[in-house]
Amino acid sequence: MKLVNKPYAQAFLDFADARPEVLCVSADLTSSCEIDGFRDRHPERFLSMGLTEQNMLSLCGGLALEGLRPFVHTFAVFLYRRPYDQLVNSIAYSNRKVRLMGFLPGITTPGGITHQAIEDIAVLRSLPNMTLLETGDATEVETVLEVADAVEGPVYVRVLRGAVPRLFDTPFAFNQLRSLSQGEDLLVLTAGITTEEAMRASRALRDAGVGVTHLHASTLKPFAREAFLDALSGVRHGVITLENHTIVGGLGSIAAEIMAEAGSGKRLIRLGLQDTFAHGASRPYLMRKYGLDALTLVRAVEELTGETTDIDEAALEAVRLDEVHSAAKAEAL
Amino acid sequence: MWQQETRRVAHGIRCRVFEHTIRNNGGYLSQACSSADFLATLYTRTLHLGPAIAPPVPRPFAGPPAADNPHAFTGAGYHGEQTPAWDRFIISPAHYALVIYAALIETGRMDAQGLELFNRDGESVEMIGAEHSPGMEVMTGSLGQGLSQALGIAMARQRRGDRGRVWVFLSDGELQEGQTWEAFQVMDHYHLDNIAIIVDVNGQQCDGTVASTLRLGDIAHRLRAFGAEVHDIDGHDIEAIDQAGRSRPEHRPLVLLANTDPCRGMDYLNRRRPKMHYVRFLKPGEKEELEREIRNELYPEGQGDGT
Repeated sequence: MKLVNKPYAQAFLDFADARPEVLCVSADLTSSCEIDGFRDRHPERFLSMGLTEQNMLSLCGGLALEGLRPFVHTFAVFLYRRPYDQLVNSIAYSNRKVRLMGFLPGITTPGGITHQAIEDIAVLRSLPNMTLLETGDATEVETVLEVADAVEGPVYVRVLRGAVPRLFDTPFAFNQLRSLSQGEDLLVLTAGITTEEAMRASRALRDAGVGVTHLHASTLKPFAREAFLDALSGVRHGVITLENHTIVGGLGSIAAEIMAEAGSGKRLIRLGLQDTFAHGASRPYLMRKYGLDALTLVRAVEELTGETTDIDEAALEAVRLDEVHSAAKAEAL
Repeated sequence: MWQQETRRVAHGIRCRVFEHTIRNNGGYLSQACSSADFLATLYTRTLHLGPAIAPPVPRPFAGPPAADNPHAFTGAGYHGEQTPAWDRFIISPAHYALVIYAALIETGRMDAQGLELFNRDGESVEMIGAEHSPGMEVMTGSLGQGLSQALGIAMARQRRGDRGRVWVFLSDGELQEGQTWEAFQVMDHYHLDNIAIIVDVNGQQCDGTVASTLRLGDIAHRLRAFGAEVHDIDGHDIEAIDQAGRSRPEHRPLVLLANTDPCRGMDYLNRRRPKMHYVRFLKPGEKEELEREIRNELYPEGQGDGT
């Protein structure tokens, strides 16, 4: 696994260079959203909106009505909390093709509760016409733009920034689950930054004799229901979801709804923020403290299977590619 | 003389909204009184619109816009075809819908039958206008969003080099919304001059007067400080409105503050002050008295018979 530095910056340049109707909209977080290079190269297509998020979303609804393609960049949390009414009425109802690029999803920022989008999926999943995408590695960050641009309606994307690991070698595929491991004991469903954690855990579990089917979801709405149920039918014990989000309304709830409606009768453990706010601290610390990490997943697997393993933090560290992560700083503002 | 036609349209708007309010046991009557004259001037003089291209009798609601709903439509066609030269007209206070429908009828853009569909289940002629309602093309019922959406349209038109302007109708209460001032800052920053705004300064909002609810102070001063060219005019003086609407400032938006009387043409409504937002009939005989008194005002020659 290797880290890619600022994959979004180059991806957006490459994407927008060839598409003159694409506009880059920013709310005073231009370099924080890695679009300063685009601003300098295409100032005529860069719209600085300052701190006017409510106006910005309604305005983008108007631009999209006229056939332009605005890509709005700011921190994820500022795209839906303050301007939710504008998102509903100026964009979602009219099914405007506005692309909302949300940076620093969940607890990937030390900015504390004001900066941590921990309920965005829950809020936006309930909004008709929305499509929700979440990137989990550098390849998905590099290839999500064309996927988002092809959607006939508004799209919200959780984008990773800075040094992003490359986990996948195939591009973002709309509404498809990635199958990352096969096993018959249980199904692990992850999205975004939790996928890397689960990859480490599932490798350690395999060595301990536990068979894990690991699915990575990058399209959260719509959701690949049939593929999920197919995988579910092949495991003995049930499902564990792990998400960079509150367990209320996000990936765990998606799984719960599908399992209940299908009458699967299998158990489900939802890992993620347990209906709590986090606070401002480093990402590794928050992932450990709030149980979004590989060790928490291993313990949940033991609970689900009823069998303990001897996997501990040290064993998981051994799976982790230390040289990759030693170069990574805690995400700054 | 254009004034004669404009006054006919203005009177027609008041009469239609009045008759409708009586038939429906309530309605947005004061909005017709305050806005009839400037809306009539806009539709007959100021706005550069093509002839209506929408069905004279509005279609039923065809479902919300969605990727899998090819039947969804907007009410923009009542304002004519959208071409580079023609204006657009965005109605931000969607609760003026009844007044707008009346204006569309008086100017031959909608059939009078259309008003019979007002607030009827399954129809598009809704009480609070939505984008599918006649004359509407964006969602504005949540106040303060119409101006920003119009701004997006105007910026797109500026990039295309369209000659036509984007006109926006605002209510004064909307100046309390923070988003309105965000929009004015952005217009100023981008020197946007293809947008023109007319505000119904009737001093009324749902709770009562603007002054008692949340006072706006010197609106013209505030708007000028935000970079707009402001014309502070009598919103019932059709010649002043016509004149101000001809101004085409460079590098800044045009704002017409139409100072209006929410009882103009229906003096009897003064008795209902300070709550003018929506006329309801609660006491016995209340409706009959209002109808008799206002009918005498609207039809001094006695031709008003409610039909």
